[in-house]
Amino acid sequence: MSDTSKDTCKIEIRSLRKSFGSNEVLKNINLDVAKGGVVALIGPSGSGKSTLLRCINLLVVPDGGSVRVGETRFAFGEGTKLPDVKTLAKFRATTGMVFQHFNLFPHMTTLQNVMEGPVTVRRMPKADAEKLARAQLAKVGLLEKAYQYPATLSGGQKQRVAIARALAMEPDVMLFDEATSALDPELVGEVLGVMQQLASEGMTMVIVTHEIAFAREVAGRVVFMRDGVVVEDGPARQVIDAPREAATRAFLSHFHRTGALPPANVTS
Amino acid sequence: MYQWDFGILWGYRWLFLNGLGVTVGFTVVIVLLGLLFGLIAALAMLSRFAWLRGIALTFVEAFRCTPILVQLIWFYYALPILAGVEMTPITASALALSLYGGSFYSEIIRGGIVSIDSGQSEAGAALGMTPRQAMMRIVLPQAIKRMIPALMNQSIIQFKNTSLVSVLAVPDLVYQSQVAAHDSYRPLETYTAVALAYAAILIPLTIIVRRGEKRLAVSE
Repeated sequence: MSDTSKDTCKIEIRSLRKSFGSNEVLKNINLDVAKGGVVALIGPSGSGKSTLLRCINLLVVPDGGSVRVGETRFAFGEGTKLPDVKTLAKFRATTGMVFQHFNLFPHMTTLQNVMEGPVTVRRMPKADAEKLARAQLAKVGLLEKAYQYPATLSGGQKQRVAIARALAMEPDVMLFDEATSALDPELVGEVLGVMQQLASEGMTMVIVTHEIAFAREVAGRVVFMRDGVVVEDGPARQVIDAPREAATRAFLSHFHRTGALPPANVTS
Repeated sequence: MYQWDFGILWGYRWLFLNGLGVTVGFTVVIVLLGLLFGLIAALAMLSRFAWLRGIALTFVEAFRCTPILVQLIWFYYALPILAGVEMTPITASALALSLYGGSFYSEIIRGGIVSIDSGQSEAGAALGMTPRQAMMRIVLPQAIKRMIPALMNQSIIQFKNTSLVSVLAVPDLVYQSQVAAHDSYRPLETYTAVALAYAAILIPLTIIVRRGEKRLAVSE
């Protein structure tokens, strides 16, 4: 898993640092994700896992270190120039992201939401974009909602549309930022199902999640973070079933053996 | 007791209609130009560049914090001397009123833009949009809907502000009614009729705005 050659490694993060003001959120993070690999980032709130995820597509610009996705590498720190907006946009087009609060475009129908990236960013002809968008909606099982607005959908449906929207860019990598944390418990399954299907198709994925059972089932690797550092990094079952570090054990003890969340406190 | 005689005004009907046409046409021009100035100023105030924000803020505060009557007179008498360009009263007053309106529109537009959840532009950015594309495709279409009632209210004020251009002898409704009042020696009837004319246009408009506000409140 620690193979760093470009052929097998899709994402490579080296010595990544990020501070918000005096608050050091990421302290020297190294992370590799193999092509087709699925990595789950777990850890308590404020551990830096969401910030790390947002550094991968540069929605958050790191203070130091380097980020490589596919062939594109950016270095940060003193003496390096920040990439310009066009370069950033081009880079982000190759990474799909799914947000905790869906962030669907409320002024567009479901179909238009999914077509928006291909039409505006990839300059695809409308007819082709619509075909692509319909295929993605069918994939997440929501083709019959094509002409509805997001406000009329359930949370689980919204998140599936958001996944279809990201997939319509045909990204190399998918990033999930607590994709099920804002959902009612009974709607979590349908979203996890779509994610599991993606993983089985060989999509390279980084998933920030509190769904420990899901991470254990679907992720190849689990990375446990606390206070801006990677505490433990290893095969999913090993980290979850037999953690080496005391901090990992303490965190996992908040979850039931089944991996379901206890009623309150953990997601706060 | 004063003997009202509105019949006298009938003889001036073409004068009034002419003035009303100028007032309405003038309003359309200054609202459109003002919206354009306002949008530019609002985007500049949200810019990443401090110098651009500084220029926009100076413009907005300069026009918001001086009386429009003073601006009209200044644009007609002072600006030509400073800039060395002659301006007709119509040009000078259109420019002053558009910039004045734009300074208020810009605050409405800026407020509308920042009221849109930052997750929206983030989602656009994550798809690979440039900040400009995200603004045009994602943020502005949503923000404009929220701005419309406030923009219409400001435009109603702009409609009333056009009455001030009569001081530069622009032949609007107020200017023409002054002509009629002097000619007929009937200022009471004349100005009462003018007030009613403004009200007849603005009351339906304010009702439309209020309905729009209610519908917006429901849809959000």
